[in-house]
Formats: sequence, structure tokens, C-alpha cells
Amino acid sequence: MTATSSKVTRVIGYSALAFTALALLFGLVISGPEVNMRDSVRLLYVHVPSILTAYLCFGITLVGSVIYLRNRSTFWDLVAGSAAEVGTLYLAFALITGAVWGKPTWGTYWEWDPRLTSTAVMFIMYLGYLALRRMELPHEVRSRRAAVLGVVNIINVIVVHYSVQWWRGLHQGRTFGLDPQIRDMQYFSWFLGTVALGLIAAWLIIHRFRVGWLERQLDEIHLEEALVERRGEGV
Amino acid sequence: MLRDAWLMAVKDLRIEFATRVVTGQILPFGALVLILFGFSISPDLTVVGTDRRSMLAQAAPGLFWVTVLLAALLALGRAFAVESADGNLDALKMAGLDPAGIFLGKVAAVAVQLLLLEVVLGLGAFLLYATPLHDPVMLLTTVILATAGITAAGTLYAALASGLRVRDTLVPLLVLPVLAPVLLAAGLATQAAVFGSADNGWLWTALLGVFALIYLAVGMLAFGLIMEES
Repeated sequence: MTATSSKVTRVIGYSALAFTALALLFGLVISGPEVNMRDSVRLLYVHVPSILTAYLCFGITLVGSVIYLRNRSTFWDLVAGSAAEVGTLYLAFALITGAVWGKPTWGTYWEWDPRLTSTAVMFIMYLGYLALRRMELPHEVRSRRAAVLGVVNIINVIVVHYSVQWWRGLHQGRTFGLDPQIRDMQYFSWFLGTVALGLIAAWLIIHRFRVGWLERQLDEIHLEEALVERRGEGV
Repeated sequence: MLRDAWLMAVKDLRIEFATRVVTGQILPFGALVLILFGFSISPDLTVVGTDRRSMLAQAAPGLFWVTVLLAALLALGRAFAVESADGNLDALKMAGLDPAGIFLGKVAAVAVQLLLLEVVLGLGAFLLYATPLHDPVMLLTTVILATAGITAAGTLYAALASGLRVRDTLVPLLVLPVLAPVLLAAGLATQAAVFGSADNGWLWTALLGVFALIYLAVGMLAFGLIMEES
């Protein structure tokens, strides 16, 4: 393998472009504003899909990490790492769109809402995971540690989620009790956004995986060359 | 396993006794942080509706636990710095020590040092911030359970980030988000213990206990995997 694109990724890529165009058309032009949130409801067509995709990515990281710990294959290590990278990107996107949505809806960019707070902590946890993957350690060592963290991170996410919810729950009621009146066209726009963002994530993960795979091969070539050089010195 | 844990803990505490890093460097650092909080939050500000209690006293439980977390980061970094030289972890493994035992020993040694720090820093917070004390039993329980949680989760993560490079900057990034629930629960339980506020402090201490148990179990299971190499 020398290139990161293939027939499959090209199909995914073009479909992603097509669905993005459709999502923009339906989300911004065809569907109408919502009763309470008005035009800011349009942000939810990308906000909610991006958080869902992020969760899906972290799920893939968990599965990849578990399988890696069982069979130690480079494949699953790279799957876990690629999915975590894309998931973190989507989580950042979700936090930003959430803040932009929060300004007109709540009046502030940031609320100490349980979900918002635990999502922010989770985002930093996955930044830590990515930082661990960049540590200068031998491949197997780093992959094993990353896999342990990939599994333990899920426990953290659950613990943080419940403790933050409990914290806010004891101190104040729900921050907002909007009753969204989402209608057919709005649902459809949201659906299109989900498909578009999901396809983009798949495209990114596959390419990231292939780049990672090429990096590994490059490392091995370098190692081989270094060995040959050393042998040459000995003669 | 428990015998291995005991050996590890005693070894680490002996090193500390000989080098005095915790008492000579980390403790003064913690005291300094307490004083800096005093500078950053004016001691003259009072909180409305609390009988003119100063803002500093009101925030004291949270400030105390933030200080403890910062000191704990240093103590955890130290716990693995003593092992990173000369492939010490490999040597421990080759000596036939049980990884779970090594983990528990590290946790115990850091916990002892952290408890000492907490007692001194706690006294400092009481003196500097003029905090009352309503329920000493709850406070003691909170301190013990929070320490168990901080050291269990902290040791696991410090081990993940141990190695010759990057370690110093990676440990806080990995450890602090995981300890966020401890800060929350310990802060609120301490608030209940010192002010006797309406919040149910015992619920928060229970959460601290659950947290400590989860990470002790995870650490004992995962430490073998982390130690497989070096």
C-alpha cells in the first residue's frame, strides 16, 4: 500500500460531499426555524450528529483497545488511535457549536450544565490519550499503554458523567427546560447532517489509519537500513 | 501480593526518609499555594447571607483540595521518578514481585506521604482562611477516602506516563481530569464537614469510597499490562 485513497474511500468521500451539500440545502434553506430556538435550531443539525459520531468513535477506540490487548495486532492499535483522533476532533466541534448555540438560547456561551461539564472533561481525557500515543516509546510499549488507557478512559467517562450530574442535581434544577418542537423537515435536516458527518468521520478514520500504517512501514524501513549500515561497519 | 506491597511501600518510604523530597520540597510548595490563594482572593471580601463569612473561608474546602491535588501530582511524579533510572521497574519484575503488589505498595507509600501533607496543609488552611469545623469525623473520613482515591487513580496514570521522556508534562494532563470527581466530592463533603451545610456530606464520602475501590481494582488488574515491558 502506498497511497491512502482507494475506490472505497473515494466513494465514501464523494457521498460525504453530496450529503453535506444536501444537509446545507435542507438545514439552511428548506427547513424553517423552530418555535423556541428560532434559527439557532439549525446548529443542532450539526451539533447533535457530531457528538453522536464522537461517541461512536470512542466506542471504536474501546473495541480496538480490547482486541489489541488480546491479540496485539498493529491493525487494531491503529484503528483505536485513528478513531480516537477523529472522535476528539468531533467532540471539539460539538463543544464549539454547543457554545455558539448556548449564547442565543441561554444567554451565555458556557453553562455549568452537567452534560456540558462532563463533556469538557471527557474532551481533555481524550487529549491525554492522544498525547500518550505520541510519547517517545517503543511501538509495543506505547500501543499497550494506549490500549490500557483506551479501556480505562471509558470507566472515567462514566464516573465523571455521574458525579457531575449528581453535583449539579443536588444544587440546582435543570439548567434549561426547553421543549423543542422539532418537525418533519427539521428531523430530515438533522438526519442529513448525521449521515454527512458520519461519512466524513469514516473517510477521515480510514485515511488516518492508512497514514498510520505507512508511518509504521517507514519506521521499519529505517530500522532495516540502520541494521544494514551497522553490519557494513562491522565488515 | 500483600507482602510485596508491604516491601514496596517500606522501600519507597525509606527513600523518602533519606531524601526528604516530600517534606522538604512538596510541603513548602503546598503551603505557598495556600498563601497565593490568599493573595488572589482578597481576604476582605465577604459572602452575602453567611453571617459575614469571608469569601476565602467560604472557598477554603475547594482551595484546600486543589492544593492537595497539585501536591499529589508532584508526589506521584516522584514515586515513578525513583524507578525510571537504570530500568528499576524491570529489576522489580525480575525479582518476582507481583505487579498488583507493586501497585498497592506504590499507592500505600504515596498515600502515607499525602496524608502527612493533608494534615499540615489542612491546619494551614484552617489558620490562614479562618474556617470553622462542624463535624471532625466526617472530615477525617473524607480525607482518608479521598486520599485512597487520589493515590489509586494517580498511581495508575503516573505509571502509564512513566518513562524517560515527556513524563513531567503528561502526568498532570492524564491524572487531573480523572481526579475531577474526587475534587468535586471531597470539596463538597469538606464543605459539609466544616460549615455543617445542608448538603449531605456522607453521600459524597460514599462516592469517594466507591471511586477509590474502582481505581484500586482497575489498577491491580492493569498494572501487570503496563509493567510487561519498559
